[in-house]
Amino acid sequence: MSDQPKGQSIEEKQYLVRFKADTRSHLHVLDYDICATKCPDKICTIFCPAEVYKWEDVRMHVGYEGCHECGSCRIGCPHQNIKWEYPKGGHGIIFRLA
Amino acid sequence: MAEKFDVIVVGAGPAGTSCAYTLAKAGVNVLMIERGEYPGSKNVMGGVLYRKMMEDLIPEFYKEAPVERPIVEQRFMMLDQESALTFGYKGLEWGREPYNNFTVLRAKFDQWFADKAVEAGALLINETVVLECIVEGGKVVGVRTDRPDGDVYADVVVLADGVNSLLAKSLGFHKEFRPDEVALAVMEVLKLDKKIIEDRFNLEANQGCTIEIFGDATKGILGTAWLYTNKESLNIGVGTMLSGLIKHKLKPYELLEYVKQHPMIRPYIQGSEQQEYLAHLIPEGGYRSMPRIVGDGVLVTGDAAQLVNAIHREGSNMAMTSGVLAAEAIMAAREADDFTEKTLDSYRVKLMNSFVGHDLQKYKDATHHFEKYPHYFEQYIPLMNRAASQMFTVDGTPKREKQKKIWRDLGSTGQKFKIARDLYNAWKVMK
Repeated sequence: MSDQPKGQSIEEKQYLVRFKADTRSHLHVLDYDICATKCPDKICTIFCPAEVYKWEDVRMHVGYEGCHECGSCRIGCPHQNIKWEYPKGGHGIIFRLA
Repeated sequence: MAEKFDVIVVGAGPAGTSCAYTLAKAGVNVLMIERGEYPGSKNVMGGVLYRKMMEDLIPEFYKEAPVERPIVEQRFMMLDQESALTFGYKGLEWGREPYNNFTVLRAKFDQWFADKAVEAGALLINETVVLECIVEGGKVVGVRTDRPDGDVYADVVVLADGVNSLLAKSLGFHKEFRPDEVALAVMEVLKLDKKIIEDRFNLEANQGCTIEIFGDATKGILGTAWLYTNKESLNIGVGTMLSGLIKHKLKPYELLEYVKQHPMIRPYIQGSEQQEYLAHLIPEGGYRSMPRIVGDGVLVTGDAAQLVNAIHREGSNMAMTSGVLAAEAIMAAREADDFTEKTLDSYRVKLMNSFVGHDLQKYKDATHHFEKYPHYFEQYIPLMNRAASQMFTVDGTPKREKQKKIWRDLGSTGQKFKIARDLYNAWKVMK
């Protein structure tokens, strides 16, 4: 259906969320070469619900500040190439409702 | 000198708080450690809380707890692209005491519940991450936090740290979960006028409705979408196995947009205002994915123990039961002054003999069965819709001919056998 509106982007959704970002990342790509050479799908850039992972030209960019701390990237990375920790106490996402 | 408590509970969600509350009420010196700004700030739930397990802890909690609406109607929608086959149950007995379940907003509810544990005597420390369990001679004796001089000791540590239980994993209680053992759920809270909600969902004041949506809501892959009524907002969400998102290269938030704009769903949410967007994993591996849950000086509860019944959208109630049973096992261990695995194992035994263990065993093959055979969602739901459309469209064709056409629509004899076999197998994994 061509008249169906395209819908809201993830950037707009993320504006609804409260974050208290730490100055250091709690997400670490262990080996950037693996993303570049062994992972044609770069599937984390697709399933991450906050689009934290973005492939920019030649390198994986990790926007940890908008992370929902769901854990999907750690479990879903086909190369176990993501070191996932909790952000420092009190930091990270702060859900207000459901 | 480092502090010592009787019990440390890691995580102030439903499992941890139930455990801490039960212990504190019995006079046990318990510390609850929460990594969020406040309890609930890291938690997400579709929105349904069952009354019974909560009431076992705090009688008539609904009179003071921040609950939204008691659910009087549960609908199930088998969705196709331009149609839906819907059935449900509405019962006014659910709108009266003792109620069946309520919609709740977790960030509010968890704060209230944790406060109850504090009132009972538990100590709650927020904004603190437990980095690891302190293990001495094979026994867990405390936790190391991210605070300066942050080591704290206890006779027993209860892990209620949720689906991403890095602690249970680091103790070797389980390996990393696989993408087919967790569902990724994304949802939104949509603000909408009370009166409009009640009109649209055919409710009176202080009545709630839930709709579980299958089929096209997840584009045929294993999972569900949902639409729940709060007092002055709706929760709309969609969850699918992480493995399904990977296989179909689906973006979860685009799937959510697809659901929101689906012509069968859109009329319910029209005119609402977005308040929050949330994502979380649900441990849906079931019985076969349960980690080890007892060790020397340590117990694992709630999501961290994979205690979720995905078929019946139950989880927080199981978490509460596990928290209480963990507390009871700890109290028995205190009597015996023995905190070894042997004594604490009474927790595991009681849990597996409770409804939690029974239900997990009943559905132990269900999720994996539907994951393995996607045609339940991909083919049979559209087929049901086509059949209904056939039968209910009055166009002068005799009903018997319509039935014949529906029968032909099922395919060749071989395909019909396959459908019969699938139905039998579905019954088998659900029975």
